[in-house]
Amino acid sequence: MSACLDIRDLSAVLPNGQRVLRSVSLAVQPGEVRALVGESGAGKTMIGKAVLGVLPSSVRIVEGDMLLEGEDLGKLQPKARRTLIGARTALIPQDPLTALNPSRRIGPQMTDRLVRILGWSGEKADQRIRQLLDEVQIRDPDRVLKNYPHELSGGMRQRVLIAAAFAAEPRLIVADEPTTALDVTVQKQILRLIAQLQREHGTAILFVTHDLGVVAKISQKVSVLYAGKVVEEAETAALFAAPQHPYTRALMAATPRYTDPFASLKPVDETVLAGLAAEIASADQAWGRPHG
Amino acid sequence: MDDGRISRHGSGAKLWLAGGWLLLALLAAIFAPLVAPQDPLAQDLMLERLPPFWMSGAEPGYWLGTDSLGRDLLSRLIFGARIAFIVAFAAATAACLVGSTLGLVAGYFGGWADRIISRIVDVWMAFPPVLFAILLVAVLGTGLSSVIIAIAVIDWTRFCRVIRAETMGQSRMDYVENARIAGYGRIGIMLREVLPNVVPSIVALLSLEMGIAVIVEAILSFVNLSISTDDPTWGGIIAEGRLSIHQAWWVLVFPLITLILTVLSFSQFGEGLKARFDPVLR
Ligand SMILES: Nc1ncnc2c1ncn2[C@@H]1O[C@H](COP(=O)(O)OP(=O)(O)OP(=O)(O)O)[C@@H](O)[C@H]1O
Ligand SMILES: [Mg+2]
Repeated sequence: MSACLDIRDLSAVLPNGQRVLRSVSLAVQPGEVRALVGESGAGKTMIGKAVLGVLPSSVRIVEGDMLLEGEDLGKLQPKARRTLIGARTALIPQDPLTALNPSRRIGPQMTDRLVRILGWSGEKADQRIRQLLDEVQIRDPDRVLKNYPHELSGGMRQRVLIAAAFAAEPRLIVADEPTTALDVTVQKQILRLIAQLQREHGTAILFVTHDLGVVAKISQKVSVLYAGKVVEEAETAALFAAPQHPYTRALMAATPRYTDPFASLKPVDETVLAGLAAEIASADQAWGRPHG
Repeated sequence: MDDGRISRHGSGAKLWLAGGWLLLALLAAIFAPLVAPQDPLAQDLMLERLPPFWMSGAEPGYWLGTDSLGRDLLSRLIFGARIAFIVAFAAATAACLVGSTLGLVAGYFGGWADRIISRIVDVWMAFPPVLFAILLVAVLGTGLSSVIIAIAVIDWTRFCRVIRAETMGQSRMDYVENARIAGYGRIGIMLREVLPNVVPSIVALLSLEMGIAVIVEAILSFVNLSISTDDPTWGGIIAEGRLSIHQAWWVLVFPLITLILTVLSFSQFGEGLKARFDPVLR
């Protein structure tokens, strides 16, 4: 069985030639949750955008392949690629406010995609949306469907977006820090909902986060990203039991614990950072040579 | 949400006042031959420089008095409204269509489309607008259509700049990216997702532009470059009133008040409508 998403040696550069993604390899098996963890600026969002075909115009992919259910995205014509990505993937975004169109009511926004992209009838789309709203525990769908996005709370908006993401039965969902913009109590509910829908629908998720606590709760596999390079990848349980890379260990040490609140938020050790810098430099050198 | 409600009521009152005045002026313009008490072109030297109705020496039927040729001021203002509204609607609509379309394209597609359009706008705006208008009318010849063309040709840049900036802001929002991921085409996204979010600004600008067109038309009439001098225009009446300010101040003051009220109403009406249209402000 081929992987749901298979990224091989993906490198992307900025206009100044600097690499933002450094030969990233990463696979998500069908029905599996793969966490992508790393500090701010590591390139987690970039990877998600690369997969979904919405990289900023300043970022250029210079090497590597991305396979979505065995289909090489790089080999498809733009139109075919858009259609494939539209049918097989969805995004649960970080900021649920700007991810909804402020001037359109929730109902048409959600059904539109099913009708126009998947060719469903309006009635079928409406039924489907209501079913999903029920699954994300929205109790008054009639009201919500008539609302404008700004009339809903942050948590409700994120529920709507989760429902929208699962509605078209995508094979792969990219969830980019879907709880960061929410307050703590709502974070837990949203996380639980995503996990529940993921299980019920058997959808593969690439789950971007910088929170190891979230990683432990939701994922089966983890990739640890630093400066656009995957420094460690493992089964989630194995990673927590025995982290291999010094950076992973430093990240874990930086995660707050109940037993010792004062030990929390330790900055990453100097020697670890120096080691990482050397690792990145030698990787860039090795990469740069055959590419002139 | 309390403060939102207060500001909404405030803008509501303004919207109704401004809309009321505009409606009144528009109806007067449309039905000018029926509502004007006198023939606006009829001269009568026996009736020259009659004062408005509350002053001694006023004649019934000449409510706002007469000018130095004995023509009824109110009737001239009412007929002048016709030209003012025709110019306002035609010129503002033309400027809006051209400017908003280019602004939307530049803001949404960016890249070379944006560079070309923005460069044209910069060059265009290097001309001082009033001189530009006078030059254009001088080239096109005087007349209603040249005034309309001149205003549209000069002022499309206002729409283009504002709509480009708004469209750029909207295009950066995640909902646009989400629509891309879902597989919508670029032009479809521009028209269905982005355009509705800039419509409130387009409406506000359109109304503002109508006010500006009224002023520009008045200026052109003032310098005698607009319509044939026989047809009453607000700018033309103001120009004549200026000459007899000491003998008959009303010939200058009433058209000025009419002009200012109309221009202010257009801009306030636009702002009010924008607040109504915008689902976030609403
Ligand atoms: N539009 C852009 N053009 C050029 N460089 C960019 C752009 N957006 C982000 N970058 C750079 O690319 C790198 C990766 O950014 P990315 O947004 O993927 O990080 P991230 O891991 O998602 O971080 P965060 O946790 O803050 O979301 C960063 O160094 C960032 O400065
Ligand atoms: Mg990010």
